[in-house]
Amino acid sequence: MAALSTRLRGLLPGRALATFIARRLLAVPPLLLATSFVTYALLYAAPGDYVARMAEDPRMTPQMLAEMRIKFGLDGGLFERYGRWLYNAIQGDFGYSFSKEIGVYTLIGERMGNTLLLSGTTLLLAWGLALPLGVAAATRQGSWVDRIAGFFSFLGLSIPRVFFALLMVMFAATTKWFPVGGIRDQVNWDTFTGWQQVVDMAHHLVLPTIVLATTEVAHYMRQMRAEMLETLGKDFVRTARAKGLNQRQVVWRHAFWNAVNPLVTLFGYSLAGLFTGSFLVEIVFSWPGMARLTVDAVFTQDEPLVMASVMMATLMLVFGNLVADLLLGRIDPRIGVGA
Amino acid sequence: MTADQAKVDQGRVEGPWAILWRRLRRNRVAIIGLWVLVALYLCAILAPFLAPYSYSTQFRDRNWHPMQVTGLHFWDDAGTWHGPFVYGTTRLDEFSAEYEEDRSVVVPVDFLVRGEPYTFMGIESEVHLFGTPEGSTPVFLFGSDKYGRDVLSRILFGARISLSVGLLGIAISMTLGLLIGGVAGYFGGRTDFVLMRLVELILALPGLYIILVIRQVFGRDVASTEAYLIMVGVLAFIGWAANARVIRGMVLSIKENEYVTAAEALGLSRMRIIVRHILPNTFSFVIVTATLAIPYYILGEVALSFLGVGIQEPEASWGNMLRDAQDVRNLTDYPWVIVPGFFIFLAVMAYNFLGDGLRDAADPRATE
Repeated sequence: MAALSTRLRGLLPGRALATFIARRLLAVPPLLLATSFVTYALLYAAPGDYVARMAEDPRMTPQMLAEMRIKFGLDGGLFERYGRWLYNAIQGDFGYSFSKEIGVYTLIGERMGNTLLLSGTTLLLAWGLALPLGVAAATRQGSWVDRIAGFFSFLGLSIPRVFFALLMVMFAATTKWFPVGGIRDQVNWDTFTGWQQVVDMAHHLVLPTIVLATTEVAHYMRQMRAEMLETLGKDFVRTARAKGLNQRQVVWRHAFWNAVNPLVTLFGYSLAGLFTGSFLVEIVFSWPGMARLTVDAVFTQDEPLVMASVMMATLMLVFGNLVADLLLGRIDPRIGVGA
Repeated sequence: MTADQAKVDQGRVEGPWAILWRRLRRNRVAIIGLWVLVALYLCAILAPFLAPYSYSTQFRDRNWHPMQVTGLHFWDDAGTWHGPFVYGTTRLDEFSAEYEEDRSVVVPVDFLVRGEPYTFMGIESEVHLFGTPEGSTPVFLFGSDKYGRDVLSRILFGARISLSVGLLGIAISMTLGLLIGGVAGYFGGRTDFVLMRLVELILALPGLYIILVIRQVFGRDVASTEAYLIMVGVLAFIGWAANARVIRGMVLSIKENEYVTAAEALGLSRMRIIVRHILPNTFSFVIVTATLAIPYYILGEVALSFLGVGIQEPEASWGNMLRDAQDVRNLTDYPWVIVPGFFIFLAVMAYNFLGDGLRDAADPRATE
């Protein structure tokens, strides 16, 4: 791999790459500005607000409600309120969650970590399985490995994640082999030693990771198989064979690195997609990630919290796409990233 | 000589539909998908007749009744033929929903029985495909839910909602995508710039997060028809952008054709050129993309209803039926709450099979 990347670096003028990155980065702030305004306008347009929910309490006088609106910054027109939010957000202050009464930063920080942890294990498992399986399916075309892989990839692409997650919860609840949800043992966590905590968390990670990775594996294995088949038909592979290299060397040293190139860019998209794609799976497994937090925030009209989670999700999408574009420009010199 | 040329030589030119169908027919998997879909949609249309009960009929004293599809018999223990029947069940106690099979009571499952009246396409009827005779206990092939409603009946009625969401959603988003993509690609310039920035903005919005926020704009308390329309609208609002971008790209190249110049020379209006002369060329893309995108709407309905902001009770949809499965105790004690999930899976897989087949069939590089 090292040799490959040096070779590529030679092909790609450093200046062009820098310009490309700069242009991509410059497009990010306007995009964030637009998405934040759209989200804010939608929240503003929704009937009622967080304070209106408290009005059901008979002890609340209209005056108290008005004061609370001012305290929460729920007074004023759309532009005034958005302006206030933006002014603070630019300075890194996303405000306090109405319902949880803690800083949005602290709240989201932990949840974000949990969601990213799940995405991380998923990517690891998915790519660790998809690449070798794709190669195996391509090199033994038509064999039972290929057939089984093909069958599972179709199953994986079609099975709705919610349904699969529910099946897994059912499996966990019936066999008691795995916890049915959450990220850690609620009762004994504090008595665990460091290692036990790691094992416990891993135990909780298994099922949601399997559910999320299945779709990903299906997708990338199919791609890998197709790319590998194409590469194996190329002239340089025939040359390698003619040199007298054995099958393993031909496949792994020569064909693999060429076939994997187009897939690398998909990595970025899968990074971006997982963050929002794991939404329902997190809900089903009561995973303390962004999904539950956001759903509750939206339903209770906890404005600062909704804004922050939508911004975080947008950032993850933008970041993932940027990574994808960069990898594409890095890997395939034919893609003009310059002008 | 290829088949296409042969057809031309005979003086008959195959239309795009005919070419697509001829190629598709050779793909066994795609045809299986097609037939599964035909069956599912027929079930949805004929739901009032096929379902033994209505989606809202409650048998309160028989809630959480187990599935009886596995308990369907033809001969009793003594070996006497009865035709299809189930053994009667008695509830053990009032509070916990436990039932015991009573092997001495035979409840026949008859065909074309009289039951609840319904109106189907203007015809009033009370005949249902199957059911138990009047006065006997109801039959729950897929079990009953917490209010004692028949899960099978709710799945059949739910199919009407869950399966139509896909068709309506894709119809809206494809129309928007075609028009906006067509206008952006053909007009170019400032129009193109503005429309494409709008597309990028929508594509940058994080899926379910923003769908929930938009849904919230319409409030939580809405009538069921409105809830349905709002849901489709929200999903289509997010869905059109990707289509518009691809169609714009196609229009950019299509508009360079000479017949477009000819149409312009004839003085046709620009909208007419876009709609009548340019967009028809995106036919195969539209068919393939639409088929492959329908699962997105079906799953969107599931997601929203599952989270409680889609189809509301007592209406049935596959998504809101799955809400019962959110409780782990239900999953272990009443495992049939998961059954609607199989139907979602089936529908999504059938669309994927068909869509994949269509893509291969519509591929111009494909060998005959």
